[in-house]
Amino acid sequence: MKLITIIVNPHKVEDVRRAFTRFGVSGATVTEVKGYGRQRGHSEVYRGAEYSVEFRPKVKIEIGVHDDLCEQVIEAVIDAARTGKIGDGKVFVTELEQAMRIRTGEIGVAAI
Amino acid sequence: MDKVLELSYALDTFYFLMCGALVMWMAAGFTMLEAGLVRAKNTAEILTKNVGLYAVACIMYMLCGYGIMYGDSVNSFIPGISMLGMQDNTAQAVLAGGEDAPYYSNLSDFFFQVVFVATAMSIVSGAVAERMKLWAFLLFAVVMTGFIYPVQGFWKWGGGFLDGAGFLDFAGSGVVHMTGAAAALAGVLLLGARKGKYSKDGRIQAIPGCNLPLATLGTFILWLGWFGFNGGSELKISDVGEANSVALVFVNTNMAATGGLIAALALARVWFGKADLTMALNGALAGLVAITAEPLTPAPLLATAIGGVGGLLVVTSIVMLDKLKIDDPVGAISVHGVVGIWGLLAVVLSNDDASLPAQLLGIAVIFAWVFSISFGTWWAIRKVMGIRVSEQEEFEGVDVGECGLEAYPEFTLGVGRTGTTPAQAAPAYAMRAHPTKS
Repeated sequence: MKLITIIVNPHKVEDVRRAFTRFGVSGATVTEVKGYGRQRGHSEVYRGAEYSVEFRPKVKIEIGVHDDLCEQVIEAVIDAARTGKIGDGKVFVTELEQAMRIRTGEIGVAAI
Repeated sequence: MDKVLELSYALDTFYFLMCGALVMWMAAGFTMLEAGLVRAKNTAEILTKNVGLYAVACIMYMLCGYGIMYGDSVNSFIPGISMLGMQDNTAQAVLAGGEDAPYYSNLSDFFFQVVFVATAMSIVSGAVAERMKLWAFLLFAVVMTGFIYPVQGFWKWGGGFLDGAGFLDFAGSGVVHMTGAAAALAGVLLLGARKGKYSKDGRIQAIPGCNLPLATLGTFILWLGWFGFNGGSELKISDVGEANSVALVFVNTNMAATGGLIAALALARVWFGKADLTMALNGALAGLVAITAEPLTPAPLLATAIGGVGGLLVVTSIVMLDKLKIDDPVGAISVHGVVGIWGLLAVVLSNDDASLPAQLLGIAVIFAWVFSISFGTWWAIRKVMGIRVSEQEEFEGVDVGECGLEAYPEFTLGVGRTGTTPAQAAPAYAMRAHPTKS
């Protein structure tokens, strides 16, 4: 099993959700987050004074997937989130050791 | 004939009271404007200051302010002092007719005047926002509304020496607005800038306001209230001439605001590259302040231009004051002070009775009086109880420090983050609000 962490622009969340749902991914955890990448934010002017926006708002989506599906899901997610402009976000993949469904006690793939 | 006189008395009184109610509503405008232009963590406290100052102003003006401003005076420099009574005009005096016959209720005059004092004091709260102690501010409000404002008000509107010198100020660009700004400037100079406004190397750091819809609503409320402010200052509506005058005042007041708004918005766009809404809002208010000294004699086109110059001045002034490290979160000193002076000078453009020396005298006297006495008052309060909150409190927000609550407990990453609802977060408030108690 893999844990896929997807960090995207807030307006792309719905597209991304649709993309991974097609592969039967039945649950996701979504968090509003802030951060920066290589561009390191940008600057704006308020009442004549410049200020920098160092942390951009993003949305972090975490999903657990079966090893066999992982690559396809990532491909679909990237396809849905990409605009080609700076700030499209990141996908991180980590090994998922174990998963449990609290209500039923199921473990492993059955629980994700 | 008696019936007509009584009706016109009733109409003028009614008009006065309704205009006063509009001006009272400007307190809501200032409150919303200030709540929108401060940070979320300081919202509840600025709301408290605004409702508090309004009540203080009304009580102080009743106790002694009105008596100082309009009561019997010693001479044209030294006012008398008395408390508001409840005597009003008798039907007999009204029906006597003639020049000296009263044409509106005395208490309607008090009501109209008292809301002006509150307006002047509201100007101060915005400039010292986000860092001044609540009770120090309210203590200053006592002195300002009970003494500082009424004395200079007596010199002009109470028939004192400024009035005698030919100084013209129709509805209060000087008496109300510059007065508020001068008191605010004195406070800001003693108070210092907000933490984080200037970096160690002296660069200006913008601190964006938390709620621009509220700031915009506040501006529109002030704009509406200003029809009472200027329109009511005509003092009479019950004949053809007066009715026409009132209509012209309404039109000019409105046009000046639009001129100020467009000028400020356009200048901000050209200067900063983007259409800064907050500057447009300040521009509209600047237009209103500029026309307040004389809304009756300019043609509507000239009124628009007077407002427009106000709009250009306000943007320039806000940027300049920022550079001078005079930190004014809402631009009150620029809107009401700098543009108030412009408004007083602009009287000579359209009113043949105005003279530049008299206008300059009025500006100098009012500014010197209000600034020096305010400075002394702020200084004394600072000695006695301090005027600035602790650094810790400023970082955490004065909402929690001064009021023990937050305006938006579920949205901000303030102290309330230990719980998602106010109820859950309450112990955290108590703990942090009184860090010395264990």
